[in-house]
Amino acid sequence: MSASASTNMPRAARSAQEIRRVIFSQIGWVLCGVALLGVIGPLLDIVGVVAFNGITAFSVKLFTTTGTGMSGGLLNAIEGTFIITLGAMLITVPIGVGAGIYLCEYGNNRLGAAIRFMSDVLTGTPSVVLGYFSYIVFVISLGWRFSVLAASITIAIIIVPYLARITELALRQVPNAMREAGFALGATEPVVVFKIILPGAASGVVTGALLALAISVGETAPLIYTAGWSASLWHGHLTHEPIGYLTYVIWTAFEQPTSQAHALAFAAAFLVMMVVLVINIGVRLAVRRTKFV
Amino acid sequence: MKLRPFRFSMLTLSLLIPAALCAVVLFLLVYSAPAISFSGFGFLTGVNWNFGDFDNDPVLTRGMMVPDGASYGILVFIAGTLLSSAIAILIAVPLSIGAAICLAEAVPAKLRPALSMLVELVAVVPSIVFGLWGIWVLIPLIGHYLAPTGNGYGLLAAGIVLALMITPIIATTLLDALLQVPKENRESAFALGATHFEVVTKAMMPMVRATLIGGIVLALGRALGETMAVAMVSGGGFNILPTSIFSPISSIASFIVNNLDSAEGDPTNMAVRSLAEVALILFIITLAVNAAAKLLTSGAFHVRKRQH
Repeated sequence: MSASASTNMPRAARSAQEIRRVIFSQIGWVLCGVALLGVIGPLLDIVGVVAFNGITAFSVKLFTTTGTGMSGGLLNAIEGTFIITLGAMLITVPIGVGAGIYLCEYGNNRLGAAIRFMSDVLTGTPSVVLGYFSYIVFVISLGWRFSVLAASITIAIIIVPYLARITELALRQVPNAMREAGFALGATEPVVVFKIILPGAASGVVTGALLALAISVGETAPLIYTAGWSASLWHGHLTHEPIGYLTYVIWTAFEQPTSQAHALAFAAAFLVMMVVLVINIGVRLAVRRTKFV
Repeated sequence: MKLRPFRFSMLTLSLLIPAALCAVVLFLLVYSAPAISFSGFGFLTGVNWNFGDFDNDPVLTRGMMVPDGASYGILVFIAGTLLSSAIAILIAVPLSIGAAICLAEAVPAKLRPALSMLVELVAVVPSIVFGLWGIWVLIPLIGHYLAPTGNGYGLLAAGIVLALMITPIIATTLLDALLQVPKENRESAFALGATHFEVVTKAMMPMVRATLIGGIVLALGRALGETMAVAMVSGGGFNILPTSIFSPISSIASFIVNNLDSAEGDPTNMAVRSLAEVALILFIITLAVNAAAKLLTSGAFHVRKRQH
């Protein structure tokens, strides 16, 4: 805050105009500070409210019994969120990383620019639109009904563009000399990419995968009409079997009038929020300098 | 031409992204085609959305079998979406400008990473957690102190929650731009005798104006498509245009998520097809807004480069 450099100059008394300008500036700083508090305050309040109500709702039974989404435990919801996310990541990682490799290594042309543009459009598409697309295609037209596969593919469509983008940015950080050294030693393209470039950019790619994972755990709208809801544990069918997930509990339990249901919603919200915040804080602390998102 | 299997397989993987996007547009279009031809332009201008009577036999209306009394108009939801996003922008812009200026200029450099990380974290809190907080904290506040009806659900609540969600988008965009303003510009403003605050508002802000506008439009795109938080606090207004900031509303996105359940009961399937058309329109709106943001931010880049 090395503000005005002119303060130690000898000068006559400040004119009225100068005083007005200084006062205006001080008011401006105060307003800016208030604005910053207005942004950070609600975040702290959200974390505080959800953490307090969530933790007070915790019990052993919550994690060991299944529930209907309005009462009972959260075991089926936790399991479902885990499975949907795992499925989505299994689809996302090969496609996202592969697309990132293409865009970085060979995508400096019109085709690459077109793919990047379409990828950006997909990122900006509201998730409810993608959920509706999956509903009419997978759930109805292909007849999978509410299922793990429909849910995982929907989430994958949402997070693939993120991972592709972050992978591309991470690969671009690898110096060209390393590629040239690899080729000079007679390595083929896949060897250079998988043995030299990808390991060199591993932290960036893992960052992208973790951020994608955080998004997938927190999503709700695209799951409501693709995953459905199930009050029991998963039986292992990829299609024709609905599955529970944590965000559904928040969505449904809170419409119930009982404080029991509200406690359940807060417990689920706390779990979701913790996963998302821990991943995001961890990633940001680990890669302080590189700004991907 | 040399065959390059590796390159080709990577290309195939990356082409899945545009393929998914095209599939989304194509299937929404094909699936909603009967609804588009049934409702015509009235879909956008109609105030009434009525699923019709699913229990009676479907009747032949305008050459198509639809439930008795069915009519599909989404003007109310378009209005709800635009108004809630407008309120969100009105609140978020001053908040994020103030926060970004504070972070860029007033906060000690040691604290800046921690504080700007907090601002970024606001953006990653899931929509549904915002909605939960909205119902638990915000709605009682509005209902108790502001709303004449005592019911906090409605346009204002949706606008405030949306504002909180989009603030970090604008603030981080602006913060990055402010930190990139060349030292010379700041120093010359100081040399002219400007106060520190005047340096920021009169010398630095004009330089980042284009980036700021791009960030605002980007945030608008996010607000228009936001679903769960709005669905939870907006009061789910139906078939009536909002008359005050406390009126219950539905946004396009929240309407879709709230009503597919009912639509599934339609034996003629026209309701599900009409909802597909709603989704298509939401896609077109956000696409237009995001494209505008992209044009603005790329333009901003040119301006900055020229000034270097």
